Amino acid sequence: MALTKINGEAPDLVWHTDTEIPDTDLIVVPGGFSYGDYLRSGAIAARSPVMREIAKKAEQGVRVLGVCNGFQILTEAGLLPGALMRNAGLRFVCTTVKLSIENADTAFTSQYQKGQIMPCPVAHHDGNYFADGDTIKQIEENGQVVFRYAEGTNPNGSLNDIAGIINQQGNVLGMMPHPENLIEADHGGDAGLALFASALEVVSGEAA
Amino acid sequence: MIKARVTVTLKNGVLDPQGKAIEGGLGALGFEGIESVRQGKVFDMSINADDPKQAEKSISQMCEKLLANTVIEDYAVEIL
Repeated sequence: MALTKINGEAPDLVWHTDTEIPDTDLIVVPGGFSYGDYLRSGAIAARSPVMREIAKKAEQGVRVLGVCNGFQILTEAGLLPGALMRNAGLRFVCTTVKLSIENADTAFTSQYQKGQIMPCPVAHHDGNYFADGDTIKQIEENGQVVFRYAEGTNPNGSLNDIAGIINQQGNVLGMMPHPENLIEADHGGDAGLALFASALEVVSGEAA
Repeated sequence: MIKARVTVTLKNGVLDPQGKAIEGGLGALGFEGIESVRQGKVFDMSINADDPKQAEKSISQMCEKLLANTVIEDYAVEIL
């Protein structure tokens, strides 16, 4: 829905057993408790055939966005550093957090302002971002922390209030909050649209 | 047939809220002197192979690729 709203074009859907992905500007790995979160959230989906293809596309520079379970899958697949562990409070959280834009200089956030704070829905059981000290230091120094839970709304115990990170090349973004659920002014706000508009518009600009 | 047991545990320094909750539960039952509880996973496997060394090597690869997330977990392979 979010993608269709941007330019009126519905995205192609690919199945987890597919071994080819059509040429595209943006790949979105959505949320959804793949494989019932068995073993670890996203662990089994990360080894599905389509993920090998996504890894290949990511290496070629295609933009990849993972939301919620999609973020977990991207970390499990090694496309993003760190891991998402059980929420520190052990509860599934379904709430609205305040999300601060830590880096507006990425392909996904160019239509936001750095420091901007927006409310955004979250709904997950395993969103507690963890990485070892060196990795945290590295992603902080490189500006790879794109979203942070702001004003004490960290719902899951994530280190440094990390809500979303980008890879070093700047084309793979993972986030626990759900921007795709923030696209209707009459349903909680539409601040999430700018993320999809950023990712797609920048791409179409480059192609032109 | 080779039987093996894989144990996956959280690395030192990785917080384990589930272990903490279990620790609290045991305390509530009146068990005393618990220093800490860490939760992990056990996988019992039967492998069609003759050479235990080869099986162990293959299981280690399974751990690296799927059974453990080496960002947060350690694993141990035991041939039974």
